[in-house]
Amino acid sequence: MADISFLLLIFFLVTTSMDVNQGLARRLPPPPEDEQKVEDEENKVKKRNLLIVKINSANQLMVQGQLLDIHQLRDKVKEFVLNENDDPHLPEVFTDVDFGAPIGYAKHTKQHVISVQNDVDTEYQAYLDVQNELVAAYNELRNECAQGYFHKAYNELSEDQQKQVMKVYPQKISEAEPKNYGGN
Amino acid sequence: MPALNTSSLPDIIFMLLFFFMSVTSMKEVTYKVIIQNPSATELTKLEKKSLVRYIYVGMPTKEFQKKYGAETRIQLDDAFAEKKEIRDYVIKEMSAMGEEANLLTMCIKADKETKMGVIADIKQELRYAQALKISYAATQRTSY
Repeated sequence: MADISFLLLIFFLVTTSMDVNQGLARRLPPPPEDEQKVEDEENKVKKRNLLIVKINSANQLMVQGQLLDIHQLRDKVKEFVLNENDDPHLPEVFTDVDFGAPIGYAKHTKQHVISVQNDVDTEYQAYLDVQNELVAAYNELRNECAQGYFHKAYNELSEDQQKQVMKVYPQKISEAEPKNYGGN
Repeated sequence: MPALNTSSLPDIIFMLLFFFMSVTSMKEVTYKVIIQNPSATELTKLEKKSLVRYIYVGMPTKEFQKKYGAETRIQLDDAFAEKKEIRDYVIKEMSAMGEEANLLTMCIKADKETKMGVIADIKQELRYAQALKISYAATQRTSY
């Protein structure tokens, strides 16, 4: 009896792969109806509301025209989305939307857009790193908001409360069509 | 010194056996491409396996390199596929799912050294197939 179960045990030991399927969840924009329309949309966004993150073919990062290390991206994004000091170079701050109790009329930047542009030759890992940092920045902001108003972590909030927090910090990441910026 | 009582050994082994049986997940397909997962920190688990379909992207394995070369290739289910086949594949899978079609999640399992050109093409195809929920498969890492 023990022999047979040993045999089976060893079989399952060998074939087991513990890795669970995990991934970075994202949502794609719906397909463009008209190419021209898309360009108009992009142009509509005011310059101060736009954070442009470019990744070149050597996996280097350029944010708002300046070379940036990937480790600094998270703070940069948080600063951009928050705009605590009402900086005229950062997105417009609104206080006209009621998010429901206990958040009320909180400061938020509803029109901000983060635009990610990458080269055809950018490595997948570099692209994923940037996406990861952007999601991480939003997650941190939501967590801070949840701690501030509900005194709980974002994950521990009820579904309705999570929706409230999500409304304050909606993920606004737009991705441009890949272009060849050169640099080969 | 008395001999060790082994009468409960089968029970213990059976317990271990059941543990490994329950955590084992058999591979869903045979990989024809080499994939080294990229790593990230903000991961979410893919829930409901029946609603997830995979797209594998990477260099063909040794045995297929003679035939297909070392260019990055796309694998759908058990076969290599062209970019334009993705749309048909997704639409077929969606119609097979019926009412739950809008819950379909496309999981992109790509090698970490894949060029973004290929990924961007795949994303574009998925957009046109209206499969907008996607997930980039990655392994957890704690920090840099």
